Formats: sequence, C-alpha cells, structure tokens
Amino acid sequence: MNEILTDETKKVLVEPLVTNNPITLQVLGICSALAVTSQMSTSLIMALALTLVTACSSAAISSIRNHIPSSIRIIVQMTIIASLVIVVDQILKAFAYDVSKQLSVFVGLIITNCIVMGRAEAYAMKNPPLESFMDGIGNGAGYSLILIIVALFRETLGSGKLLGIEVFKLTKDGGWYDPNGLMLLPPSAFFIIGLIIWSVRQWKPAQNETVAFKIMSISHGEGGHH
Amino acid sequence: MRKQCPYPEKLCSKLEQCAYYQKVKPYCEKFKAYCDKVLALSNDNLEKTIAIAVALCLVCAVLVSLAAVALKPLQVSNKELDMKKNILDVAGLLQENSDIEKVFASQIEAKLVDLETGEYAEGNANEYDQRKAAKDPAQSVAIPKDKDIAHIRIKAKLAKVYLVKDGNTTKSIILPVSGYGLWSTLYGFLALEADGQTVQSINFYDQAETPGLGGEVVNPKWRALWKGKKVYAEVDQASLEKGLIEEADKGEPALALIKGTVDTSKAGSQYQVDGLAGASLTSTGVTNLVRYWMSKEGFSTYLSKVRTVAEKKS
Repeated sequence: MNEILTDETKKVLVEPLVTNNPITLQVLGICSALAVTSQMSTSLIMALALTLVTACSSAAISSIRNHIPSSIRIIVQMTIIASLVIVVDQILKAFAYDVSKQLSVFVGLIITNCIVMGRAEAYAMKNPPLESFMDGIGNGAGYSLILIIVALFRETLGSGKLLGIEVFKLTKDGGWYDPNGLMLLPPSAFFIIGLIIWSVRQWKPAQNETVAFKIMSISHGEGGHH
Repeated sequence: MRKQCPYPEKLCSKLEQCAYYQKVKPYCEKFKAYCDKVLALSNDNLEKTIAIAVALCLVCAVLVSLAAVALKPLQVSNKELDMKKNILDVAGLLQENSDIEKVFASQIEAKLVDLETGEYAEGNANEYDQRKAAKDPAQSVAIPKDKDIAHIRIKAKLAKVYLVKDGNTTKSIILPVSGYGLWSTLYGFLALEADGQTVQSINFYDQAETPGLGGEVVNPKWRALWKGKKVYAEVDQASLEKGLIEEADKGEPALALIKGTVDTSKAGSQYQVDGLAGASLTSTGVTNLVRYWMSKEGFSTYLSKVRTVAEKKS
C-alpha cells in the first residue's frame, strides 16, 4: 500500500490500451464510437467524460460490492451509473455550457455505454475501490485511443479539418481536396474500427478468438460456453 | 457514550445537550441497529435485497435532485447568456471580450408580436419564452396541415422579436425562426434590416443535423452568404416581361436555397443562397422554414406594418 502504482494497478492501466482494448477486443461501446467520432473535439470530450464516469462508477460500485445482492446487482449498477451520469451532465451544464451544448445527447448515452457496465460487472464487483478506479481509467483510455484514431481519419478525410483547423484545402474553397462525405456518416466508423481490429489482430494473433463451436460437428465436450 | 462518538469530544458533548438530539436519539440508535442487522445478513436474503434497493434509490435520488436543484440557477443564467450571445451574433454586435449583458441591455429591445394581427402585444417580453409558449395550449395555435411547410405543427400566438436600436431608430429586426431539417428541428434567428426585406444575417442556435453536412448551417462562411439577400419578391417590369416573376408573386417570400452555387450575374440571384453541399434535405428544411416564417402565417403582416411605419417617418 506504500506504492500507489502496484503491479495490479499498472496492469489495469496499461492492458486495456492494446492487449485488452474495450473496443477492439471486447467489442464494447461501438455505438458511441460511431456517433461522436465525426469530429475530433466531440470525440475528445466524450472520451474524457466516459473515462471519468467509468472510473467513478467502478469505484462506487466496488466500495459497496460486498453488500450488493446478486439478484439485483445489474439494476444496482445501472442506478449508480445513471445517477453519476446525470450529475456529470448537470455539472457540465452549469460550469461548461459550451461543452455540454456540443455533447448534447451523447452525455446521456454514456449510461447505455456497455464499457461502463462491462467494467462494473467484470472488475469492480470483485476488486477493491482503488484498483477498480484505475481499471476504469485504463479502459476509458483504451476507448479514448480508438475514438481518437477514428476521429482522426473521419474528420480529416470527411471535412478536411482537424479540431476545426484546416488540414486539406477543400475544392469548394479553391483547394485540391474533395471531401469524402461517407466519412461524416456513422457507418464509416464501422469500416475504420473494422480495419483497426484487423490490424491489431495481425500484430497480436493471440487476440484471434477461438472458434466457439463448429456447425454440425460432433461434440467432444469442449467449447460452446461463449 | 463518549467512547463511541466518532467526532471531536466538544461537538459530542454539545450534541448530547441538544434537546432535539435527545428526542431523536432512540430512533437513531434503533436505525443504526437495524442497519447493522441488515448488513450482517447474507446477500441473498430477501429483506437485505429490499433494504439495499430502497437505500440505494434514496441516496441516488437525493444526489440527483440536489445536483439538479443546486445547479439550476447557474444553468438558467448560462442559457440566458448563451441566447443573448446568439442574438448579438446575428445582430452583428458580437465582439470578443465585449460585455454581452451590457451590449444587450443598451442596444437590444425585446418585443412581443401578435402573429395574427402583426401588432405589438402587451406583456413582459423579457420574461416570455416562445418555445415554452408553443407547448402551452392556451398560448399556442395548431397550424393547418397544408400551411405547415416548416413541419412544426404548433406555433405560439405571440412571437418574441428583438429590435436592434441605435438611439431611437431601429437598425434591424431579429425574428425567431424554426423548422424541421433532416434529423432535428432547427431553431434560429433571422436578422432583417429596418426595411423588413433585406437579410442581415441568420444564425441557428439549436440543431442536430449531420455534422459536416447539414450541420454546416452554423458555418460562418455559409452564413455570410445570406447578407444582403432579399426576402420578398419585388416585381419589376423587366422580370415580369421575361416571365421570371408573376404579378401574383409580389410580396410573397421568395428567398430559397438552391443546388450548387448562386450565379450573382443572373436575375433573381438576390433571392438565392447556396445550398449546403451533401445536405439537400437540410437545405430544403431551411428554405421551408424561412418561407414559412416570412409568410402570412409568420411575420409577413408584422413586417408590412413595420414598413408602413418606417415610410411614414421618412
């Protein structure tokens, strides 16, 4: 306890970046990754808000984990997460009005982000508050990383800008770049995330999932539990 | 007793002296004993499940309502300031580092307009919220379907307009407009010069169109294209003969977004604004909402009265 960064906290902070990334490996939080990434600024704010909410809700859930009745544990987690998100939304509206205007409905959508509940259920229910908090930060960072990469492609290719600053001069302003309208629409994020997942798995083949079951195969008593 | 007290001794002894504390003390102790009992139960116990659910709901409800109530005044003032900022922006009065409240108070005057008669209405304009009024059956009126080109269904009977004053003369008129785009209802302001015909600026403060496509309605470059455009068709002999305009169009709202870029050398270009690239539905929505609010359903009656008053003066 003398050291804040024990091996466990280091592990939960670093692992979600690539080896156990919530988006590319756990394939969670895809919905918001499609919705907010058409602009870098909204992606950054969303990433920050989600990281904070995941960390705080994991810590809160973990601190009462020994008394959460298992039959209502999901509702208990949801209640805590939802309350936190509403409080964050209220605070943003009071102290960072411009930011909250940009995020509009996305803040409310954090409640439904699978990463928050995924971490609560998978980690915070079994580990102490500090580690759970760090785990939330780590997973938030992993999510942020992917969001930033996707937004980097979508905003530059879609509108020739990055954070609102011109990168490629558009043809309509007398430049050379004809923006790709598809990049501004949510489905383009599917392609980019797909490509990211593919490249990460090329780099780290261990992430390839084992085939859960084979169609029409005779059971050998293995698999089928995914 | 003192040994159990977790707070500093002074505080505890004071608490002990308090008559009210003595009264509630037995209940507190009972409550604490109950909490201890429940917490000691197994997690699968029904009583514990219900107790935890109730306790959690209470704590969360208190937390959420505290945040909502305590932060409300700040949020409201933020919203008002933002609205004033938008109005100054569309009036062309927004400068960096300028005191929004001060500029607003000295140069902008809010007025209520009865859309039916086009006259100014009585009432406290500063307190009036047109968007709220549109939702109140007593203060609003349903729009007939064939006239509802902006797809807003209901409108408030009274509209809140802003006059930009320079001393006693009105420099420009700021009108609230709204209408449906592709995904969302766009809310904005259209600023006209004192002639009630020439556009000064347009500004959408609330919209959720696709960022980069329809969302470009907030782009300053595109908004700048509106300056100097005319709202109502003026019938001159030359265009009548060419068949560009018909006599019946006179005084009707003609301003529209077109596909592509406006050719300024052509006749009628003063009624045209570049459409938004890749967002034809948002562009149609903007055209419709401008046409709707500039028609007799909207501010047409009011604007013609403003023009007669202005002509009489000069």
